[in-house]
Amino acid sequence: MVGVPLWWRTTETYRAWLPVSQIQELSKLQLQLSADVEVVFSRGTVTPEQQKKLPLTQTQDEEHRVDEDTALSYRYETRYRTATVMEEDALNQPTAAGEMLFASLSNQLSRCKHSVISVRPQVITSLILSCSSSAEADLSLHTLSESPCGSLVVYVIPESSTLLPQDVDVYIGRRRTAFLRIGAKMRVGRTLEQLLAHMEPRVKQVLQVMSFSHTDITAALSDRVRLSPGNKESIADSMRAFKSSPGYEITFSLLNPDPKSHRLHWDIEGAAQTYIQPLLTKLAPVANFSMDSQTLYYAVLGVSPRFDSSRSTYTLNADSLAHVINPVEARLGSNAASSNPVLNFLLYVPDAHHSPLYIHDRKKQEVPSNAFHSPRWGGIMVYNVNDFYGPEAVFPVDINIDMAKVMGVFLAQLRLLLGVQSSSAPPGFLVAPCGTAGLADWELDRLMWSRSVENVATATTTITSLAQLLDQIGNIVINDNIAEQVSSAVTSLQLAVAELESGNLGFALQYSKEAILASERAFFDPSLLHLLYFPDDQKFAIYIPLFLPMCVPILLSLLKIISDARQKRRDKQAKKD
Amino acid sequence: MEMLTLLCLFSTYLLASSINIEENAGQFFSSGHTNNWAVLVCTSRFWFNYRHVANTLSVYRSVKRLGIPDSHIVLMLADDMACNHRNPKPATVFSHKNMELNVYGDDVEVDYRGYEVTVENFLRVLTGRLPPSTPRSKRLLSDDRSNILIYLTGHGGNGFLKFQDSEEISNVELADAFEQMWQKRRYNELLFIIDTCQGASMYERFYSPNLMALASSQVGEDSLSHQPDLAIGVHLMDRYTFYLLEFLEDIHPASKTNMNDLFKVCPKSHCVSTPGHRTDLFLRDPGSVLVTDFFGSVRKVELTMETINLTGHIKQWEESTSLRTGRARGIVA
Repeated sequence: MVGVPLWWRTTETYRAWLPVSQIQELSKLQLQLSADVEVVFSRGTVTPEQQKKLPLTQTQDEEHRVDEDTALSYRYETRYRTATVMEEDALNQPTAAGEMLFASLSNQLSRCKHSVISVRPQVITSLILSCSSSAEADLSLHTLSESPCGSLVVYVIPESSTLLPQDVDVYIGRRRTAFLRIGAKMRVGRTLEQLLAHMEPRVKQVLQVMSFSHTDITAALSDRVRLSPGNKESIADSMRAFKSSPGYEITFSLLNPDPKSHRLHWDIEGAAQTYIQPLLTKLAPVANFSMDSQTLYYAVLGVSPRFDSSRSTYTLNADSLAHVINPVEARLGSNAASSNPVLNFLLYVPDAHHSPLYIHDRKKQEVPSNAFHSPRWGGIMVYNVNDFYGPEAVFPVDINIDMAKVMGVFLAQLRLLLGVQSSSAPPGFLVAPCGTAGLADWELDRLMWSRSVENVATATTTITSLAQLLDQIGNIVINDNIAEQVSSAVTSLQLAVAELESGNLGFALQYSKEAILASERAFFDPSLLHLLYFPDDQKFAIYIPLFLPMCVPILLSLLKIISDARQKRRDKQAKKD
Repeated sequence: MEMLTLLCLFSTYLLASSINIEENAGQFFSSGHTNNWAVLVCTSRFWFNYRHVANTLSVYRSVKRLGIPDSHIVLMLADDMACNHRNPKPATVFSHKNMELNVYGDDVEVDYRGYEVTVENFLRVLTGRLPPSTPRSKRLLSDDRSNILIYLTGHGGNGFLKFQDSEEISNVELADAFEQMWQKRRYNELLFIIDTCQGASMYERFYSPNLMALASSQVGEDSLSHQPDLAIGVHLMDRYTFYLLEFLEDIHPASKTNMNDLFKVCPKSHCVSTPGHRTDLFLRDPGSVLVTDFFGSVRKVELTMETINLTGHIKQWEESTSLRTGRARGIVA
């Protein structure tokens, strides 16, 4: 009598309380992503009567059901208004630089009377004016007001405007602005509703490029939803970028297989600080980065290049590139202390006997960058130095590597591997080059959207599978710190989903990162290891020989007590009668 | 007339080879993995279990030769045969009689050795629940695009595998560990090979997707060892792994041999026991799975078509806290 509860109490395992009901709710994920768009009509695109009805706000919702547990809805809050006076000035100014260029060019062309060039000067000048002026207009608009993270401003310019070149309808700037040229049929005599109906699909198209798109978001949900593989490009895209992680390590390695001939100097510290660090600083909300560099001597590629006598160069063709990485990888070290994913960027300078070395694609054409990259690993660039010295040079030759060229390639590869590169823009779009930071603001926004969604998806699957696991195996001890981590993960997830709904991208990403950290810490806690597996038949086999002999006399005596009590009651009955 | 037939033959050959190139290009992305890992475990100690260590080391050797680097291999050996005092040829472990092949080599890197090889550590490696102080070389840092090869050898029975002569891992625990790996997306595809007595019982309980399993013997059968070496005095290899090693020696990183050939390794005439395999949980057809998808490490490669034009000059670099060059690095290959 005393023994059974005592035995129960002493053999039970300590399991702290977990918010199971909230976790159950999280397993059904309903994400709502909101984007704020401002559509600004400049002078000449709306009539005065239409202007009276602005500013006006519209909201659109799009629902998508991905699978039975996951639903997505996109909300676009579009605010239509007219441009302010300062914005008009910024849009219409012919730039000083553009004017000077125009003047000098027309001067030169007028001087060349017998010129062979038969290009019309108007075309050149309009191109120069437009390229420089749209960038300048972008910059001056940005100085007027900075759009918050996750939102967009689209300026609608009249059809006849010279801000954009002839065949370009949309210009996507470096910040969060775009210029949209209004269509010809909207020139005159339409109502505001028709104008808005005409603008809506075009603005949507801009949003697909500059803000989140359905394909990106569903790709980010790949942890929750195993989608059937699409075409080859989509598989390649999903495999290429690293998964979301709190930190990354970037390693730059210089491979010198021939130190007897080449003494290489590369200013990696300065180059990394000047070219790569701005990108990493801009990406600071997404992840932490640490950089190192090393030089490896006598490191060979592992694939012998073929000599192409027609061009008298050595070539590596695309098929043999896959076997290049493995022999080198064994010699690349890694930081023993952290478990962060490593991005390796290798600069290979071919030895004097195998120079120059070019990479050829499948059509036997030289690849202009002379570099290739491997998904989720890093990139390799081949840098030829045979032009730096003549045949009578004294070996070893001192060579200074042009870091700007090298870092240009590595930066492009870094963008691809981090998932920044978006798909190619639709026709009629002109995308501004990304500038010194290596990343446009809207590209950062896109990355933040997909990272937030990915983090939320991963954290929800981690928490729900952890809860399921702890439920199934009754013997695992749940310590207080695990319960704390789980609760904090659940809270952060709820906050992240709420922030996504209200469109605060920065906070959403931060909460989603906290959620991921907490959920991973809880799931991978070393104390959650269930080692003792007792199948039922083994349990019976152990306990029966132990308890059965003890139980037999107890049961028999119980029976005897019951029969005695019954006998006594019968005697009492008989006595009464 | 002969010229015409010759021309026809030549053109059909060209056509066939171009189709082949297209197929190769297509196959590049058909497997869906970007990196490879291998977890190789020998669970027995004592000198007379020399063959289990030789088994594991020969698989380790093949896997390294086909391209998987040491940083992606977790090698667990429960006992040290190369430096055992009963070894007449110290610092060697042979896999073939007449001491033809030394599988210990010069660059073997054992991650878990001796008494560190326990059921607990094995499960911790698989599920990732290691204490934070564990170095990188002892962790299985796989992601959702990793193909993992798991090789176990030792003494086993119906539903269990014996570790270190003192504890066992059951097939249910193993299946649960794989399920936890799947939940956390720690693998893309997993190949499980086991060379023990009654090995097929160990994969009976698997229930997670994308698992393929091979065993050296069915339930009720014993896996037998290959040949003793009279100079060393013990059996050097088990039959199944011996023929597996022979099969793998013919594979090179670019070979196109598929899993159906691997299933045929060591038929009953050579092995005496009947090797078994299980592919019902695997999504792809085994005939389209290359052996190098698991044993080797063929990287996917893309040409970099775009570059960024950088024009600024390099700023003079002063002491900056964001860069850590030249620091003491714990180099772990």
